Amino acid sequence: MQRLRAKLAPYFLILPGGLWLAIFFIIPTVTMLSFSLMTGNEADGYQLTWHFQNYTDALSTYWPQFLRSLEYGAAATILGIALSYPIAYWIAFKGGKRKSTYLFLVLLPFFVSFVLRTISWQFFLSDNGLLLSPLKSMGLVSQDFHILQTTVAVVLGLTYNYLPFIVLPLYVALERVDPRVVEASSDLYAGRIATFTKVIFPLSLPGVFAGVIMNFVPAASDYVNAEILGGPNNTMIGSIIQDQALHVRDYPTATALSTVLMGGLLVGIFLYARALGTEDVLEAAAR
Amino acid sequence: MSTLTPQAPVKAQKPRGKLGDRLLFGYTWAVIIWLCLPIGVMILFGFNDYHGKYNTQWHGFTLKWYQHAFALPEVNNAMKASLIIAVISTVLATALGTLIGLALGRYRFKGQGFTNLVQFAAISSPEIVMGMSLLAFFVQLGFPLGYVTIIIAHVMFSLSFVAVTVRSRVLTLDRSVEEAAKDLGAGGWTTFRLVTLPMIMPGVTAGALLSFAISIDDFVVTNFTAGTVTTFPVDIYGLQGRGGIPAQVNVMGTFIFVGGLLLAAINALASRRRDA
Amino acid sequence: MNEFDPAFLRGITQDRRSFLRAAGLVGAGAALAACGVKGAKVSPAKADDVAKFWAGKKQNGHVDFANWASYMDANHSPLKKFTSETGITVNYKEVITDDPTWYGKIQPQLAAGQPIGYDLMVVTDGIELNKLVQFGYLAPLDHKMLTNFEANAGAAFKNESFDKGNVFSVPYATGYTGIGYNPKYVKEPITSIKQLFDPKYKGKIGMMKDTQELGNFGMLLNGVNPETSTEADWKKAAATLQAQKPIVRQYVDQNYTKSLSNGDLWITMAWSGDIFQENLSNGSNLQFVVPSEGGTIWTDNMMIPKTAPNPVDALKLIDFFYRIDIAAMLTEEINYVPSVPAVKAQLLKDAQTASKSDAATFTTMASSPLVFPTDAELANLRHYVNLPNPGAEKIYQDLFLPISSG
Repeated sequence: MQRLRAKLAPYFLILPGGLWLAIFFIIPTVTMLSFSLMTGNEADGYQLTWHFQNYTDALSTYWPQFLRSLEYGAAATILGIALSYPIAYWIAFKGGKRKSTYLFLVLLPFFVSFVLRTISWQFFLSDNGLLLSPLKSMGLVSQDFHILQTTVAVVLGLTYNYLPFIVLPLYVALERVDPRVVEASSDLYAGRIATFTKVIFPLSLPGVFAGVIMNFVPAASDYVNAEILGGPNNTMIGSIIQDQALHVRDYPTATALSTVLMGGLLVGIFLYARALGTEDVLEAAAR
Repeated sequence: MSTLTPQAPVKAQKPRGKLGDRLLFGYTWAVIIWLCLPIGVMILFGFNDYHGKYNTQWHGFTLKWYQHAFALPEVNNAMKASLIIAVISTVLATALGTLIGLALGRYRFKGQGFTNLVQFAAISSPEIVMGMSLLAFFVQLGFPLGYVTIIIAHVMFSLSFVAVTVRSRVLTLDRSVEEAAKDLGAGGWTTFRLVTLPMIMPGVTAGALLSFAISIDDFVVTNFTAGTVTTFPVDIYGLQGRGGIPAQVNVMGTFIFVGGLLLAAINALASRRRDA
Repeated sequence: MNEFDPAFLRGITQDRRSFLRAAGLVGAGAALAACGVKGAKVSPAKADDVAKFWAGKKQNGHVDFANWASYMDANHSPLKKFTSETGITVNYKEVITDDPTWYGKIQPQLAAGQPIGYDLMVVTDGIELNKLVQFGYLAPLDHKMLTNFEANAGAAFKNESFDKGNVFSVPYATGYTGIGYNPKYVKEPITSIKQLFDPKYKGKIGMMKDTQELGNFGMLLNGVNPETSTEADWKKAAATLQAQKPIVRQYVDQNYTKSLSNGDLWITMAWSGDIFQENLSNGSNLQFVVPSEGGTIWTDNMMIPKTAPNPVDALKLIDFFYRIDIAAMLTEEINYVPSVPAVKAQLLKDAQTASKSDAATFTTMASSPLVFPTDAELANLRHYVNLPNPGAEKIYQDLFLPISSG
């Protein structure tokens, strides 16, 4: 009896939350899949006709936006890693007693609404704004040079908004590196660079992995930055999905695009994890 | 975490040592300032003495928006909606997520891999896809969109965050303490309440804070599932599309920001006292 | 990756039985399909519809009102007056930011016959209003109760083509779409849509993102009246606009006024009331013109969803907005074209009692062609494209949506 109870315990614990996820995560995903294979319109209703053409139509029309989203996501992620690694490193190894204070400072933007933060950049980046106006009067850039409504503005916005998502897992991974291992490395006459490339960096890889996922997935599917900071040639796939769903109300196209996006990202993550052989993504991702 | 795994103590190093350290120190501060720039703009424009409806150019300093901080019912209502939704969904997500976290951290069972996979998928699923699939789901059921659907969605995407945070806490726990409690005659529930729960509490709190933060700032999923309910982020996004964000939004944003700072400060002080 | 059970993934993708099971699930998902998304077309309103709808409806003392953002003064003075005079409380929310999104949000409830949470809403003429009418989502208005409207509404605002006889809607405010520019940067008089296509403004041109607005300007440039346009005209207009795309800086929502003032944009499609407001807010000197090819006239309309729980109260509020003093109050704040011509005289009257700065504003307003367009200007304005069915709408959207989201 005792043993049976112990055996069933985890299932009881999982049941309520698991049901919630089953009903409101798994079933909707299935609903989405089914919608993406339907034909019809809102006047006549929708029928499941296994219309796989929704996918080919959507992809042939919107592949540039897909590609662009992946590119922007990748750019923001690479920039993000490059920008945050030194910070995470410094806080983890040199932060001393102030570690949590610095970490907190990096997370400060999270206390301000995401949309408000993004809008604020318009103020800095505008053609005659704080950044460009001095550059223009010094003649460093031409008069019609602009940043808003360009790829640069969008990638910058994405990098900015998701940077804390990278710093955090990187910090956690670096902080876990036992200083005694680092000491041992220098005792064995490894230089600072060798200690970093041979010891510290490999040990921090799980953090890099988590950071990449935590950054790439939301950045590639974001559309707020592109809408607020971008121009006509910066539209990302998220905008298209939103327009198709809420504006044009073409549910089959919107769901087909969503399915491709989700499938693509999941497969990407899976392959990436395989290639890196990282363990325990979940844990790293959550920190 | 560092408090639990024994490590050699790291001495606080002042940035006067090597050149590299000093560069890193300056760099870290540069990035922190960069991160804070938009916050500065938000706070500044809460003091802008503008007229009409476009708060976009600096005209001079005023406190009038603070005197009339709650003069715009739409903004107040949106803020209220956001708070209600965040509180309810945090409570639910924390309860459900903690149970899953306990199960995942404590037991080995059949279906564990699948449970982990679902958690992982829920965490890494793009928001736009979640929003889209929930909308398709509710529309097909003919379920009216509103507070209930927003809360359902928020619980759905934050409970996995709680579960994962609690799970990692549970993994670090020493089971012998609980066994000792049982040996001393404590029942299952008493052990859980008096021993397990206090031990996992830091994980639970962290998970709850995380889900509150995610919920109150969520725009994408909320926009799909909100129907005619307007939350703070949805309101701001709409207002910016309409061309004018009234200063009260900046004031409210500043309040949240300062509130967050205070909470963090209290938390830091409390933990310092605990450590002392 | 030891956290994942790879067998699970393999199971989904390779195991035929699992695949079939997944397929079954998809089918089950489809079987869920309720009437949630289907809006059946209804026959045109019949004479006794009005009597049928209003029979037995009573005043409940409350109304929920959904409006566009910044479409009334911050204190909601007209509504306070309404409550104090009638005892009917108003829950006013500015929740509408654009028509398609609003329609997308309320449509599932309307299709399911549920209340949307509002008894009164404001929707622009165009695709969404057409659909609301076609699918029978709106309550037919009882004109016996709209006495102020009958007495005070201007002839131009009664009987507009999108809702002949005001069966389902009456105007809240009217505005028009023309060209806004900043004379600080644009050193020539602007008179024509052609100037939005002038390469010398490359990178400083704004066009509207809204497909109906955008399409209209393409057609007007090609000498086509949008209201009577055909699919061939749309295709041509879309090609014209695609060719313009390389010199366009941004396809804008309503956030262009800021950009126009600070020089990010020099010349852009614009709405009349916005330019007036921006000049008032920031002391800028932006100009607005209706181009020689014609501009677009649009009307934001008040209407009652069929499922509204308090239609009588809503109808009373609608009529209240047609009292001359209330109409003037609204115009003084929002600066769009009122549907009550007598507002002009009322503005000058209000100016005598108002504070000095308000008085100046009211006088400017009364003489402003932005608020009171001349007959010649009105004659040069065109309505939106008429899209009779979802098929036509899809064709139209697929032509013009890709322009702004390339």
